[in-house]
Amino acid sequence: MRETLRAALTIYAKDVRLELRTRETLFSVLAFAFVVAFIFTFAFEPSPQLIASIGPGIVWVAWIFTAVLGMNRTFLLEHERGTLDGLRLAPVPREALYLGKLLSVVTLLVAVEALMLPAFLVLYDLSLFNVWFIAVALAATVGIAAVGTLFSAIAVHTRAREVLLPMLFLPVALPVLIGAVSGAREALDGEGWGGVGGWLQLIIAFDVVFLVLSSLVFEYVLEE
Amino acid sequence: MTEQSAPTTPRSGHALELRGVSKTYGSTHALRNVDLDAAWGRVLVLFGHNGAGKSTLLRVAAALIKPTAGSVATAGFDADGHAGRVRAATGYAGHGTLLYDDLTPEENLRFYARLYGVARPEERAAEVLRDVGAERWAQRRVRGLSNGMQKRVAIARALLHRPALLLLDEPYAGLDVQGRGFVDAVVRAVAAGGGAVVLSAHDPALAFALDGDFAVLRGGRLAATGEAAGATPDEIAALLSAPAEAA
Repeated sequence: MRETLRAALTIYAKDVRLELRTRETLFSVLAFAFVVAFIFTFAFEPSPQLIASIGPGIVWVAWIFTAVLGMNRTFLLEHERGTLDGLRLAPVPREALYLGKLLSVVTLLVAVEALMLPAFLVLYDLSLFNVWFIAVALAATVGIAAVGTLFSAIAVHTRAREVLLPMLFLPVALPVLIGAVSGAREALDGEGWGGVGGWLQLIIAFDVVFLVLSSLVFEYVLEE
Repeated sequence: MTEQSAPTTPRSGHALELRGVSKTYGSTHALRNVDLDAAWGRVLVLFGHNGAGKSTLLRVAAALIKPTAGSVATAGFDADGHAGRVRAATGYAGHGTLLYDDLTPEENLRFYARLYGVARPEERAAEVLRDVGAERWAQRRVRGLSNGMQKRVAIARALLHRPALLLLDEPYAGLDVQGRGFVDAVVRAVAAGGGAVVLSAHDPALAFALDGDFAVLRGGRLAATGEAAGATPDEIAALLSAPAEAA
C-alpha cells in the first residue's frame, strides 16, 4: 500500500509540475467552461426564481462538459507524448498509475470548479459558497474523476477517443450526476443534512464502488 | 560507463528466454513461435527488415505487451506471473524517448527514479546524467535538446535503476559517429558488468563490432541465430535479404 501511494504521489507531482509549467489543460478547459456558462445567459432571462430552479443544472452542465474535456486529455497527453509506455514500464502496482492520474484529474476539476464560482455569481447572481453545496460538489467530482480516469485510459487506445469517452462516461456517471444536481438544488434551497444527506450518501457510495472497481480492472485496461 | 551496469536483480538461467512466443494484432502476426535466449554478459543483436517483429519482441521482453502464446522469462522471472519483477530487472529504450518534453532531463530522471523506487533519486539522476555526458543540458527542457542528446537522456532513463537486462530498440538510428560511440560504450559496459543487452539494428556489421550474438527475424519468425564470431556480415546480410517464409 505504501509503495502504491508513493508511486501515485510521484505521478501526481509530475502532472502538477507539468501543468503549472504549460497550463495547456487548465486554460483550455476553463475557457470552455466560461463559454458554456456564458451562453446560457442568452437562452433565458436569469430571474431569481428561474435561477433558483435551474441554477444547479446550469452549473453541472458547465462542469460536466468541462470534466469530459479535461479527462479526455489525462491519458491522451501521455499517449501523444509517447510517455504512456514510460509509466507502463514502471515496476509499480497498476493501481498506483490509476490513483496518480485520478488525483491529477480531481485537482484539475476542483481548480476549474473553484475558478468558476465567481463567474456564476457575476453571470447569474448565483452564490455557490454554501458548505453543503461544496460537500456535494467535492464528492461528485471524485466520482466523476473515478469513472472518467478509467474510461480515459480505455479510450486512449481507440481511434474515436474523443467520442468514446463521453459515450462511455456519461451513462455510467448518471447516478452521480443526478445526485450532484439534486443535492446542489437542496443545498441552494437552504436545506441541511436533512435534504442533502441522502444525495450525498448516494454519491459517496458511488465513489467507493467505482474507486474500488476501477483500481481492480485498471491493470487490464492498460494492456495493449 | 561502469557503475550503472551492476545488476541488482537475482538472476538465474538466461537473461531472456522466449519459448514459442507468438503475438498477433488482429489478423497480423507480429511474432510467430519464436524461441530465443539471451545470455548474461553478452550482447544479442536482433536483425530484421521493418515489420520483421524486432520491436514487438523487445516490447514483449520488457513486459510492455503480453504475448498471444508462449512464455517469456526475464532474469529468471516469468513475465506472466511476475511482471513487476521483470520490469524492475529490465531497462527499455524504444523508438520514442519516453521523456516529458516540458521537463528538463534532470526532472525527467528524478521522476522516473522515484517511480522506480531508486534510493536517493536526486543523486542517482545526477550520476546517470554525468555518465551519459548530459550534465551540461540537465536544466534545459527536453524539447530544446538535439535528437542525439535526447537519445542519451532516454538511455540514461533506461539505466536509472541499474537493470540486469537492457533492451534497446534501434538505439543507433539517427545518431552521428559520436552518438554511436556512446551507445557502443553503454552496451559494452552493461555486458562487461555481467548484465545482458538485447538491441535491434539494421547494420549487420554491428554484431561484429560488439562481438555479440545475433538473431535474424523474418516475417515474425526467427530465421537464424548465432555468434558473430561464427559468421560474416555478408552472411547475415544474406539471411536478411532471403525471402520471408509464407504465412
